[in-house]
Amino acid sequence: MTATDTKVNSGKNVKEFISKIVHNQLFIPLAALLLLVLFNLIADPSFFKIALEPSSEGNLILSGNLISIIDNASELAILAIGMTLVTSASGGQDISVGSAIAIAGSVVLRIVKVYSTDISNGQFFGVIVFSFILCAVVAALFGAFNGALVAYFKIQPMVATLILFTAGRSIAAWINNNDNISINDTRFAYFGNFIPGIPVPTPVFITAICLVVIALVLKFTNLRLYSQAVGINSSSSRLNGINPKTIKLLTFIILGVCVAVCGFIKVSRTSSITYSVIANNIEMDAILAVALGGNNLGGGKFNMTASVLGAYVIQFLTTTLYKFKVSSSAISAYKAVVVILLIIMSAPVVRKWINDMKNKRQAAKASSQVGKENI
Amino acid sequence: MSVNSNALGSNKLKRRTSLTDTNLLLIITVVVFVIMYICAVVFLKKGFTKPQMFFNILNENASLLVLSCGMTLVMITGGIDISVGQVTSLVCMACAVHLEHNNGNVITSMLIALGIGLAFGVVQGFLVAYLEFQPFIVTLAGLFFAKGMTTIISSDRISITNEAFLALCKTEVTIPFLGSVNKKGIFVPASMEIGVVVALVIVVLLFCLLRWTKLGRNFYAVGGNNQSANMLGINVKLTKFLAHVLCGLCAGIGGYVFFLHACSGSPLHAQGAEMNAIASSIIGGTLLSGGVGNIVGTLFGVLSLSTIKNIVTSLGLEDPWWTNITVAAMLCLFLLIQSIILARKNKNKK
Repeated sequence: MTATDTKVNSGKNVKEFISKIVHNQLFIPLAALLLLVLFNLIADPSFFKIALEPSSEGNLILSGNLISIIDNASELAILAIGMTLVTSASGGQDISVGSAIAIAGSVVLRIVKVYSTDISNGQFFGVIVFSFILCAVVAALFGAFNGALVAYFKIQPMVATLILFTAGRSIAAWINNNDNISINDTRFAYFGNFIPGIPVPTPVFITAICLVVIALVLKFTNLRLYSQAVGINSSSSRLNGINPKTIKLLTFIILGVCVAVCGFIKVSRTSSITYSVIANNIEMDAILAVALGGNNLGGGKFNMTASVLGAYVIQFLTTTLYKFKVSSSAISAYKAVVVILLIIMSAPVVRKWINDMKNKRQAAKASSQVGKENI
Repeated sequence: MSVNSNALGSNKLKRRTSLTDTNLLLIITVVVFVIMYICAVVFLKKGFTKPQMFFNILNENASLLVLSCGMTLVMITGGIDISVGQVTSLVCMACAVHLEHNNGNVITSMLIALGIGLAFGVVQGFLVAYLEFQPFIVTLAGLFFAKGMTTIISSDRISITNEAFLALCKTEVTIPFLGSVNKKGIFVPASMEIGVVVALVIVVLLFCLLRWTKLGRNFYAVGGNNQSANMLGINVKLTKFLAHVLCGLCAGIGGYVFFLHACSGSPLHAQGAEMNAIASSIIGGTLLSGGVGNIVGTLFGVLSLSTIKNIVTSLGLEDPWWTNITVAAMLCLFLLIQSIILARKNKNKK
């Protein structure tokens, strides 16, 4: 204890400590989160109220803004996982995730629709698993298509994914013949809402599973090292025996699986699908989450925790804006301002400029001190 | 070039490769368009034989043409601008509110359109060129800002009743020697809207800019190789900035042309126009990596894109998803062609 006390007492160490915190990658999302929390505390403390209330079906469920933030951020957090990997390895972002979610959701609904509502729980579980596996395969295939364009044909990721961005929602509509499908089986809605008897929304558990899986993968495999190496310098990583093409393809396929999970949650929330609206603009939010996590959008090193935290911050921002009665389509204008501020803060030119200013000030101080001594 | 033709063999080789790089893509586009149109005339016949069909395609896509020209400029310098579609929507909405609710006149609405486009161009250009952000992220933010602003101004569709503006909308330029005979045997000359004239003027202006002015050649130099352009004494930042400003201006003008065609403002206007503009530029032979591109190619890119859409609808595939899927497939095809050409070019260098 005394050792730390002396450390804190000496001013230089405090400065070092602060700069260590400021330069930590988690600083930006945490600071943004704190800012939002403070803002809400001042504006309306009841924002943070959590209540255990019976739902319309008679189950006890948790309700409140915080719960809805954690619940609604699930898709974004899952997407942020895949988007971070893609960003790291290929130095670009996938803008087709929203369309791909529409495709995945459409596949799930098409499978589940076929079976009648009076099958037993076991059979129903089988149907769900089958539909999920199929939609994961389809989404992974579309991911592989994007990945192949990026890795083998060397097209910029954002432009390569533009193809699926244009066609995705149309393909989704085509899968179901443009029918408006809705599933009447209440069991299907468990995955996007609540399982009876459990007061926490199911997407939270699904997100937790995904996060644990990706944490284990990053811990026990070389995925992190390899994708960072490819992102930093793909030709030198090739000389070191990594195949950059395979790694890029792999990250896009992982993103595809993430997309499948998101699509599954999305359609389960409403038990239906609207092809042109489902997961609208989610690609922007996913990219924003990665940027907010302080990751370099040009590829290279990444911090998964920061990205996922970024996703929750964005959902916090969205919910706060909704609370202040901002219409859903006008929200994008506010988010754009946040993006611009973020990229200005993280720009190398601006950082260099700030450093120069700091150095100049220090130099001026030093010279003035020298002047005083001379007098 | 003819002077050099009897020079060394290596010079000849150079000349040939430069021809394949820049002009091959253009030739492919033109050939694809011509074949497509001839096939449509021969097999479909539904109106494709009439010249008016061609001008209808132009009428519907005049604003897309202007947007694509701006996009081509930015893409030649190696950037991209995906905000143009939503800027179009914002321009329509702002002008509509100005004309309807504020009783403005037509001239000031034009100035508003230009102002909005210029503002977006200057801000985005500054962020991209001088602060060195990735153009995609900056313009994505611009896209969402414009989208949000459009709905903040008004979330409902506004139809125009201003008489001076409606008169301008309905002004059509007739071409006396082109036309077709209708069922009653009366000769109906082909006509096009005033927006098409504006679009074609912009095409010509930008073509001249790229072909014969110093600034235009600078665009190619910067897009081809940033560093060597810098060493040649070209102000790279200023050039990139000007490209974005011009693109913003084009977005403003394109927005007004769209407004002239639609005669209304709505948040749903020009949805996905940026993707169509990028697709047309790519189909027109503009390389994404910068340095290669041609306004004439872009013109043919727009024409090919809209012709294929028309063909798809007249084939009876009226479900709305087919056009999107064909456009995506076409984009994919041309991207692959580009990629192959680039790969071959790199091989030649080595």
